[in-house]
Amino acid sequence: MGIEEHLGDNILSTSLDKIVSWGRKWSIWPATFGLACCAIEMMTVASSRYDYDRLGLIFRSTPRQADLLIVSGRVSYKMAPMVKRIYDQMPNPKWVIAMGDCASSGGLFNVYSIVQGVDRIIPVDVYVPGCPPRPEALLYGIVKLQEKIEKGTIKHEQPPVVLK
Amino acid sequence: MFEYKDFLIEVEKFPLNVGPTHPSTHGVLRVLVQLDGEVVVNAEPIIGYLHTSMEKYAEFRTYHQAETITDRMDYVSGASNNLGYILTVEKLCGVKAPKRAEYVRVILAEFTRIASHLVWLGTHAVDLGALTEFFYCFREREYILDIIETVTGARLTPSFYRVGGLAKDFPKEFVEKSKKFIKTFPDRISEYEALLTKNKIWLERTRNLGIISAEDAIDFALTGPSLRGSGVKYDIRKANPYSSYEDFDFEIPVGDRGDVYDRYLVRMEEMRQSTRIIGQAIDNIPEGEYLSYDEYPSYVIPPKKRALTTMEGMISLFKYGMEGIKPPKGEAYHSIENPRGELGYYMVSDGSGFPYRMRVRPPSFCNISALNAMAKGHLLADLIAIMGSVDILLGEVDR
Repeated sequence: MGIEEHLGDNILSTSLDKIVSWGRKWSIWPATFGLACCAIEMMTVASSRYDYDRLGLIFRSTPRQADLLIVSGRVSYKMAPMVKRIYDQMPNPKWVIAMGDCASSGGLFNVYSIVQGVDRIIPVDVYVPGCPPRPEALLYGIVKLQEKIEKGTIKHEQPPVVLK
Repeated sequence: MFEYKDFLIEVEKFPLNVGPTHPSTHGVLRVLVQLDGEVVVNAEPIIGYLHTSMEKYAEFRTYHQAETITDRMDYVSGASNNLGYILTVEKLCGVKAPKRAEYVRVILAEFTRIASHLVWLGTHAVDLGALTEFFYCFREREYILDIIETVTGARLTPSFYRVGGLAKDFPKEFVEKSKKFIKTFPDRISEYEALLTKNKIWLERTRNLGIISAEDAIDFALTGPSLRGSGVKYDIRKANPYSSYEDFDFEIPVGDRGDVYDRYLVRMEEMRQSTRIIGQAIDNIPEGEYLSYDEYPSYVIPPKKRALTTMEGMISLFKYGMEGIKPPKGEAYHSIENPRGELGYYMVSDGSGFPYRMRVRPPSFCNISALNAMAKGHLLADLIAIMGSVDILLGEVDR
C-alpha cells in the first residue's frame, strides 16, 4: 500500500526517505479502539488539556484509515482474534503502541483469561509502562514513535523501542 | 389494480454485529442485532470480551491487596469501587472508620461520581454528534482528577482507603482546591446544559427513545440513574445510608417518562447534588484521627507516624505487611450507590489472610440486561443513543 511498493532499490528511494518519513511522522492517525482503563486515559489525551492534534494525530473510526493501533488495556483471549483482525485490516505502513502494563506484559493480571502481552499476537513498536499510564506518558510514547518513524527508511523495518 | 402492499416482499431478518470494536459501544460490548429493514427487532448483548477473572484473582491476594483489583473493575470511578469493597471488609471485621475518614471518603466518592458522569456525558454527546461537549466535560474532569491526585497520588486508580480509615491524612491544598472547584462547577453544568438541554437536535435524538416503565425497570433490577429516570425514587445513599451520608442534605432527582432524555436530565441534576454534598462535607470535616487504630488494633493498620516512632506500632505494621488482616469466619454483603447504580460486594472469610470468595454485583451487568427491552422497535441509529444512556462499563460487566 505504501510508496515503497512502487520503488526498486535505487538512489531515488534513499533521498525520498527523508521527505516520506517527515510526512508520516506528522500524520499518524490512530484507530478509535479502546479496551479498558487505559482507553479512558487515551481519550484524555485527545481532550483539551493534552490535545494531541498538535502532533498531527486524529482518531479514525475505521482501521482502514488508520496507521496506528493503540492497544489500550488488557486483551482477553476472547478479544485477541479481533485485535489481530483490526491490525490486519490496517493498511501498511502501520505501527502499534502497547499502552499500559496489561497490554505490554499482562501486568497485574497474571490470570487464565488475559493474553500476557499483546506482542504475542501483533508486533509492537513502543511500550508505554504504567497502570494506567498518565496522558503525558502516552504523549511521550507517541513522540518516541515519531522519532522512530523519522529514523526509519521506506524500505526496512525498525526494531521496537522500549521506554525507560 | 395493484396496491402498495403487493409490492412489499417478505424478507428475512438481517443479523448485524455492533461491536466488539464499535466506537460507540464504550469498550468491547458486542450487540447482536436482528434488523427488519432499519428497525431493531432484537438486540442481544454478548459480553465477556474483557473477562479478567477478578473475583478468582482476589482469592490469591490479601484483603488490602485485593482492593487494587476493585478500581480496575470500574475504571471511571475508582474511589467509589474502593469504598464499596472497604465497607464490606469493615463489615466483615466489625470495624468502623472514624468520622474524619468517612467524610473524606464521601468527598472522594462524590468527586468520582461527577468525573464518571462527565465521561458519560462527553462520550454520549460524541456518539450523537455533539463533539464540543466532550472537550467541555474533559476540561472539568481534569480538575477533579487533579484534586483526587493531590489526596491519593493516582488519577484513576486511587486504592486510598484502608480497613478502618484512610492510608494517610489529606494535605491542606485538598480543601482549598475542592472549595475552588465547587464554587465554579455549577456554572459549568449550566454551560453543558446550554449546549444540549433545549437543543432541537438533541431533543429529537433522545426524547421518547428507549422508554422503560417503572415496573419493568424494577423487574430488570435496574439501579442508579437508569432506574431513577423511570421515576422510581430509590437511592442507596438515602435508603440505606453508609459512610455518614445521613449527615448531608441532598435530593434524589427522578424522571417521569423513563426515556433517554430523562436519564440525561437525572445525571445532570445528580452532578449538582454531588457538588452540594461535597460543599457540605468539605466545610465540616471533623478533626481527629484518620484511622481507628486505637479502637480496633487487631484489624486496623497503625498510622504511619506511630508505626515509625513506637515499638508496638512498628511490630503491628510489620505483621499487617507480612500476613495481612485476618477477619473472623463469616460472610458479609454491603452495597453502595456507584455512579451507575447499586454496587454490591459479597465477601466470605474462612479466618485466613485471604478472602475465601469475593462476589461482585456490578450495576452495569444488571443494567445491560434491559438493553433489548429498551431498543426493540427503534431504529438502528437510536440503538447507539440507548446504549449510551444506560452508561455501561465493560470492565465492570465482565470483571
